[in-house]
Amino acid sequence: MTATTRYDAIIVGGGHNGLVCAAYLAGAGRKVLLLERRHLLGGAAVTEEHLAGFKYSACSYVVSLLRPEIIHDLELAKHGLSIIPLACSFTPDLSGPGLVRWPDFARTHDEISRLSRRDADRYPEFGKAMGKMGDFIRPLLMQPAPDPTRLPRRLGESLSLLRRLRKLGPRGLAQFVQLMTQSAVDLLDRWFESDRLKAPMACSGIIGTFLGVRSPTTAYVLLHHYMGEIDGAYRAWGFARGGTGAISEAIASAARARGAEILCEAAVEKITTRRGSARGVVLEDGREFEARVVISACDPRRTFFSFVGRDQLDDDFVAQITRYRYRGSSGKVNLALDRLPDFSCRPGRGLHLQGDIAIAPSIDYLERAYDEAKHGAFSRRPYINLVIPSLTDPTVAPPGKHVMSAFVQYAPYQLAEGPAAWDQQREAFGDTVVETLEEYCPGLKDAILHRQVLTPLDLEREYGLTEGNIFHGELSLEQLLFMRPTMGWARYQTPIQNLWLCASGAHPGGGLMGAPGALCARRLLEEHYL
Amino acid sequence: MLLPTPVHSRTFAACRSFRFKDWGGYLAVAAYDPSSEVEYYAVRHGCGLFDVSPLRKYDISGPDAGAFLSYLTVRDVAKLAVGRVSYLCWCNDDGQLIDDGTVTRIDAEHYRLTATLPGLHWVDDRASGFNVTVSDVTDRLVALALQGPQARGLLEQLGELNKLRFFRSRAVRLAGLDCYLTRTGYTGDLGYEIWADAADGPALWDALLAAGAAFGLRPAGLEALDICRIEAGFVLNGIDYRSALQCHTAAQSSTPYECGLGWAVDLEREPFVGQAALRKRRGEERLFGVVADWPAIEALFRLQGLPPTIPSAASREGVPLYDGDGCQIGRVTSRTWSPQLKQYIGIAAAPQAHAVPGTRLQMEFTVEYQRRQVPVTVTELPFFDPPRKRSR
Ligand SMILES: Cc1cc2nc3c(=O)[nH]c(=O)nc-3n(C[C@H](O)[C@H](O)[C@H](O)COP(=O)(O)OP(=O)(O)OC[C@H]3O[C@@H](n4cnc5c(N)ncnc54)[C@H](O)[C@@H]3O)c2cc1C
Repeated sequence: MTATTRYDAIIVGGGHNGLVCAAYLAGAGRKVLLLERRHLLGGAAVTEEHLAGFKYSACSYVVSLLRPEIIHDLELAKHGLSIIPLACSFTPDLSGPGLVRWPDFARTHDEISRLSRRDADRYPEFGKAMGKMGDFIRPLLMQPAPDPTRLPRRLGESLSLLRRLRKLGPRGLAQFVQLMTQSAVDLLDRWFESDRLKAPMACSGIIGTFLGVRSPTTAYVLLHHYMGEIDGAYRAWGFARGGTGAISEAIASAARARGAEILCEAAVEKITTRRGSARGVVLEDGREFEARVVISACDPRRTFFSFVGRDQLDDDFVAQITRYRYRGSSGKVNLALDRLPDFSCRPGRGLHLQGDIAIAPSIDYLERAYDEAKHGAFSRRPYINLVIPSLTDPTVAPPGKHVMSAFVQYAPYQLAEGPAAWDQQREAFGDTVVETLEEYCPGLKDAILHRQVLTPLDLEREYGLTEGNIFHGELSLEQLLFMRPTMGWARYQTPIQNLWLCASGAHPGGGLMGAPGALCARRLLEEHYL
Repeated sequence: MLLPTPVHSRTFAACRSFRFKDWGGYLAVAAYDPSSEVEYYAVRHGCGLFDVSPLRKYDISGPDAGAFLSYLTVRDVAKLAVGRVSYLCWCNDDGQLIDDGTVTRIDAEHYRLTATLPGLHWVDDRASGFNVTVSDVTDRLVALALQGPQARGLLEQLGELNKLRFFRSRAVRLAGLDCYLTRTGYTGDLGYEIWADAADGPALWDALLAAGAAFGLRPAGLEALDICRIEAGFVLNGIDYRSALQCHTAAQSSTPYECGLGWAVDLEREPFVGQAALRKRRGEERLFGVVADWPAIEALFRLQGLPPTIPSAASREGVPLYDGDGCQIGRVTSRTWSPQLKQYIGIAAAPQAHAVPGTRLQMEFTVEYQRRQVPVTVTELPFFDPPRKRSR
């Protein structure tokens, strides 16, 4: 088969980042083709219906980091996107009433006071301090990564980074350095005394990493999540109406409206090169397409080792991509429920169920969960981040019924028996999650109509996430900013000419933020590569 | 003393924020929770229940009812078929706007007119010479607005709607109570207004809330309503224009053309109040939307070393609008952060020449007591108009 049309850009992978990139490029008048392996778009941001009327946000379940400028630029509201903020954060307890943190200051103060008056008074200050750090980091998120290895060319940018660092002041700078290296628990210990408050706060430091709450550098990961913003200001996370897939659908609709061509069930097998320069793709079914640039919206390992081939790359680069860590550590259990579960520590249907619910009763509980994972087993009592979106968005379940989404850590990709053993352990893993939840909401088991269990192996096979890492590579310090994915290639370009990266494996990383997709497009256009 | 509405026992009990407002002399909930955000999102995603009983409601009946309303208002109401609703406004003899509302033809000789502000005398005084009775039924009826994408599903559980279409109305039994239903509202979303005997108010409220749990229903207050109506581009009497009954000078008044209601004016027909004036004079101004540059707002906060913070309620204090040369040319009368559109939007008025979509203007914006300006772009209204509003 011969290629008939030549595109300006081919994007490999229809995750939200690939779609964002497509929409921006098409919006600038470029001829764009996007190819997605699965039958539906969105990658890790999809809505799936396994039991009629029950819509699971199969993988990603809450949005926070999606950049407001992307929402404006692509007019996503017009394309059907609508995000509903979570009402609060609830940490149930086996003894006592648990803790609910509300957006409303007075109410939160009241709640934390039950644990510690001192912590309650301090809590807003912590928010402010994190806010300051966030202000410092946020502009970095929207700029192509500063690249100190190519200093003279990008001098202005690096200078502005230095200037920003200076603006933090000596104390701020010390705080910043600490933040980048210490553990989430170290950070929180400096501020608070109550274990029951610290435990749920520490969880953001471990999401998507194979680290424990006491492991160094998790403080930064915590900040990374803290920076999630809705409405351009610090806010809680939110649900997308219709499930997370609605985000991808809105972006896809914006991309199509701008003229991008999108093909599903079009799995790319190879990225073809000629004299070290990408020139097109070959699909598994033999179809071929050519373009001036090829942009991979898949993770770095898949891009370079599967699509390009080690033989096309120099040894040093191959070594760096090999070293880049995935180490998936989480799984997902989605439940269709006949009725609303009742938490014994706070019975009844209240606004407290309309936020995220963390099973994180203590720091030790979380650390124990990690210990088991270190030895190649899933946690017997895992950290679970739970949401019941149907309470806020009635479109995802039939009237009176509910869907519950449980994000579970740790579920290490590397089981002691090897990743393939997940096929034997899937149901046991699902049972562990349900049993853990049953302790907090007795009767839950009997309300389950359907259950979907996603192990890290499933995340890899079904959603194309290498080693099941939810962020296309750990969000650890040494894999961020100008080091994501590797030193020297953090600005979306790659050693293969005309091959670019635009997804979570590029700066600024994973999560539903769309920033890598937007920034890659911006660089291509502004610097006239396309 | 503010008066209780027919569902006061329910709204008062549900209002945990203790924030109320005066709505035309009645006690109305501003927000049930400390933050109205949940209520706004309920309206856009599940459904919200508003107690709109303070709306003035006048029943107009008699052989001349249609002719009278056609004379009183800018529309040829006599043409309206039974079971239909029309949105309209009415003026004084100088073509100056007095109020806006809906008229529903309940029966051949029975119409119901709603008004935002008290003004029975104005309606009554025009009725002499017509064979009609005008009665103020405001206190006799409870009015509940059920608004949001899930509203239809919820009502269908409680009664037979027969696919009531946009701006249609009919009598229904809901949860065993006799109600009158109109597919109307002030949110720009799919929605209904339910009119029933005041005594049935509490039972109706309870039935809706009980069934509503499965449809994301929440009682919602005026703060949420205000954000929704700005997104929908609906003007509010007293805020976006001044009723001629309350104007001290002619300059304070507006014609319907100046308030975006020109489309409702039906000039070529039998005489009606204000017709002659409206034929001669459309007015100099035009109503339009403005969208502020968000990065400019962020920058103003940054100047003060602050993260951008936007009040969760809409602002009803008008601010000046400037042209590129810094001359004040108009005003923004209602403005809000739109959680749905993720944009800072406003309803504005200025002379025709400035009201062209795409025009860049400057709006006053205050941060930390410092008055500054931010660039805004002129747009057509509404800002938000989902297909579900009209869908069958
Ligand atoms: C279980 C889970 C829960 C999560 N929860 C959250 C959350 O709540 N909030 C949040 O912000 N983030 C969350 N994340 C992370 C977030 O979903 C991801 O970081 C993000 O969706 C990645 O988007 P992407 O566009 O970079 O890549 P992906 O979504 O991974 O897109 C890559 C695309 O490439 C396609 N592809 C793969 N191979 C081929 C091929 N050969 N040819 C063509 N196409 C191919 C894939 O099918 C996929 O569509 C979660 C992730 C997981 C897995």
